[in-house]
Amino acid sequence: MSTRTITLTVNDQTLTREVPVRKTLADFLREDLGLTGTHVGCELGQCGACTVLLNGDPVKSCLLFAVQAEGSQIVTVEGLAGKDALHPLQQAFHDHHALQCGFCTPGMLLAAVDLLSRNPAPKADEIRRHLSGNLCRCTGYVNIVKAIEAVGAGAAGTDTVSTGAVGAGNIQK
Amino acid sequence: MKSAPFEYLVPASLAEALETLAGHQDETKVLAGGQSLVPLLKLRLARPRYLLDINRVPELSYLELKDGRLHLGALTRHSALGREPSARGSCPLLAEAAARIGHTAIRNRGTVGGSLCHADPAAELPAAMIALGAELKIDGPGGTRLVPAAGFFQGFMTVDLQPDEILAGLSVPVAGPGTGWSYLEVSRRHGDFAIAGVAVWLSLDDKGLFRQVGIALAGVDDRPWKARACEDFLVGKEAKEEVIAAAREQLAGFDPTGDIHASREYRELMAGELFVQALRQAVERAANNL
Ligand SMILES: Cc1cc2nc3c(=O)[nH]c(=O)nc-3n(C[C@H](O)[C@H](O)[C@H](O)COP(=O)(O)OP(=O)(O)OC[C@H]3O[C@@H](n4cnc5c(N)ncnc54)[C@H](O)[C@@H]3O)c2cc1C
Ligand code: FES
Ligand code: FES
Repeated sequence: MSTRTITLTVNDQTLTREVPVRKTLADFLREDLGLTGTHVGCELGQCGACTVLLNGDPVKSCLLFAVQAEGSQIVTVEGLAGKDALHPLQQAFHDHHALQCGFCTPGMLLAAVDLLSRNPAPKADEIRRHLSGNLCRCTGYVNIVKAIEAVGAGAAGTDTVSTGAVGAGNIQK
Repeated sequence: MKSAPFEYLVPASLAEALETLAGHQDETKVLAGGQSLVPLLKLRLARPRYLLDINRVPELSYLELKDGRLHLGALTRHSALGREPSARGSCPLLAEAAARIGHTAIRNRGTVGGSLCHADPAAELPAAMIALGAELKIDGPGGTRLVPAAGFFQGFMTVDLQPDEILAGLSVPVAGPGTGWSYLEVSRRHGDFAIAGVAVWLSLDDKGLFRQVGIALAGVDDRPWKARACEDFLVGKEAKEEVIAAAREQLAGFDPTGDIHASREYRELMAGELFVQALRQAVERAANNL
């Protein structure tokens, strides 16, 4: 089996691992690093559950091989919360009942982090458009949009939308 | 879901990429954004022995204005077409078409070169490139050759590219006084492939006559379809409603298929309607631009 050694930064922690070249970044995060917050739904780029930030931009980690992430910065959902507090978006999802089973939530959160970093107070239609690549089978879209709108409105003038990336998650040694 | 095993090759220069390709051409697949190829690998519809990852080839990443044209490297991501001020400002048709591709995360990885080489008949960028009269730059063992976009698409997902060649980049004209453009499509949801789409790039002269017209349709034939007869009909005529209506009468010869998304008749109807709306919008923008 063909493998390669890669070095990358995940949630602010730089690490080196040997990976089979055909392993996706999603499987690498889950199986090799134990970061199971990145969910794998369709595995074909259609559902968005596996969305992570690659050098700051949301990408579908099921369509990227781990070897391709050599030298890059990855943020997963485990990187959002601070040590003592949830990320404002996580708190807003909680407050607005924006999750039911929670399967789509990590991808929704990272897509929303990206949106708020470009547009601090997005309107409902902009939120829907930006999240069109993230499917929720529990179809709780209304509350997801409300939660993001609430953070956007609250964030005007404050810096609540940076990716905290304080907690690295419990990366397996 | 795992790809069949492959050897991963990641060249650091175009010369190295071409050399590798020349050595194993029939067993190698080029990997760009992976947004079309990786699903095919996972479904094992593609089982190359070597995967040649071109993402680290610096010669394929550029975006510059030179000699009145916008030059784009094959690795230009779809999202850069709307985000990079020089691309959006000089070629707004590409920004408008790229905004309709998939979703944010897809556009962050997917590349212009990948979209053209994959050549899905319903894809936005191939149609836009034909309307623009883009010139494609292809590198291979014999050197560089330039191919007009209209000649690149040869059949269903078939393009004028040899297994030992790489699409390096392309150039498109930039908007000037009297330029108008439009990309319109109908799809089931935002981000879906087009049921039918129309790209228009034109210019008007100071008398309000069509000086130059490029029109291409997506989703209505086995490849992006250039509306040549309509273009010829329009050039030199006055840009007004009756002329646009008469041009629509010339719109024939494409061959849509029906599928679960839309019937053949619906695609034909939408193509005609979008043709008129896109031309109207392009003329309006051109008039404001004069
Ligand atoms: C959920 C989803 C929705 C999508 N929706 C749309 C949509 O609405 N419209 C649309 O147009 N596309 C859509 N796409 C596809 C997307 O646009 C792809 O980015 C594009 O089709 C291929 O580009 P890529 O860079 O990802 O290429 P890859 O997947 O890496 O490659 C595609 C093919 O081109 C070849 N290739 C790539 N680059 C080169 C090169 N420089 N030289 C030679 N050969 C090359 C590869 O070998 C491969 O055969 C969607 C994809 C997904 C997963
Ligand atoms: S698992 Fe990656 S998009 Fe569905
Ligand atoms: S909360 Fe269940 S899939 Fe979205």
